[in-house]
Amino acid sequence: MSDSTFKRFVEVGRVVLLKSGPYAGKIAVIAEIIDHNRAIIDGPTTSVPRQSYPYKHLTLTPLALTKLPRGSRSSTIKKQIEKEDTVNKWNNSEWAKKRAAVEKRRGLNDFARFNVMLEKKRRRDGVRKAIKASKA
Amino acid sequence: MARSKELVPGVGRFSRSQVAAKRGLWKGPKKSEKPAVEPTPETVEKSIGGDKNGGKRLVPTSKAPRFYSAEDVRQPKKSRKTAKPTKLRSSITPGTVLILLAGRFRGKRVVFLKQLESGLLLVSGPYKVNGVPLRRVNQAYVIATSTHVDLEGLKLSEDLNDAYFAKTPSKGAKSAEEEFFEEGAPKEKEPFPQSKAALQKEVDSTLIAAIKKTENLGKYLKSTWGLSKGQYPHEMVF
Repeated sequence: MSDSTFKRFVEVGRVVLLKSGPYAGKIAVIAEIIDHNRAIIDGPTTSVPRQSYPYKHLTLTPLALTKLPRGSRSSTIKKQIEKEDTVNKWNNSEWAKKRAAVEKRRGLNDFARFNVMLEKKRRRDGVRKAIKASKA
Repeated sequence: MARSKELVPGVGRFSRSQVAAKRGLWKGPKKSEKPAVEPTPETVEKSIGGDKNGGKRLVPTSKAPRFYSAEDVRQPKKSRKTAKPTKLRSSITPGTVLILLAGRFRGKRVVFLKQLESGLLLVSGPYKVNGVPLRRVNQAYVIATSTHVDLEGLKLSEDLNDAYFAKTPSKGAKSAEEEFFEEGAPKEKEPFPQSKAALQKEVDSTLIAAIKKTENLGKYLKSTWGLSKGQYPHEMVF
């Protein structure tokens, strides 16, 4: 495996991002692998109940819990997540930040979008002027 | 047993006493308070001159029509339907910034003032900010945004009603050419009535004062709205 380029695996303890369903956008942990299509996931700290979930509707993240025994119950998983500070690690990742930013932009109203446009214009103008000054 | 529906043949839902209570005969006959209207008599006795005319004659009070149509004319069915008053969309309250979607000012952002009797919305640009005058619009051709302008202290005059916006009737039939070229030269445009201009100014003065309180709000109202690639109005927040 040392020469493999694959870094993220479907494994017990892998932190996954849910892509669809009522918990879409939340993260959870694989507790048990059922078969080639589904796994049991659990997110006791992100309010995702323990359930089977198809891999099709999951995205693997680079995060994983170390040494999580297979078939662990919610309480064990919760303890481990809190010990490893996984939720914070996820929230501070660039991926999660980008998602949050996109979500925020999507929720802006018309006036706020207009203000964003003004700010972007201001930034563009500042950059343009700075470049011109440095060239001269 | 009209009131007491049969449970099984011969047995009613209610007992005798229940039915009697429902019929309410113990209340006695209904008394109406209406004063009796004296019916106008169908005929009036009139004295007739002349010897051989009998002196008096009964004459009907309303003359029967002379004309009877040979064929029966169908009476049109009377319609009892009335139009319901237009319900204002819950997202539109006085002060809401609206985006106009149709008409001459489509794409403009305007301030909603009030709903008129006809159900149309009274809006103002304000005129000084984006050139939209006091105007009526249908709420179907409008997007309501969540942005509001504080309308405190705004007094709308009683003149601002549907009649204010009504067109003045044109005088007689004239050909368009005749009307345009009076005495060989293009006719001068009629000036905008001063009373209307003054009313616009009065409404706008309070509006503009309120708009100035929020940064960029004036610029926002001045700009026009539009969709760019990848923007779908049903997926956007306004």
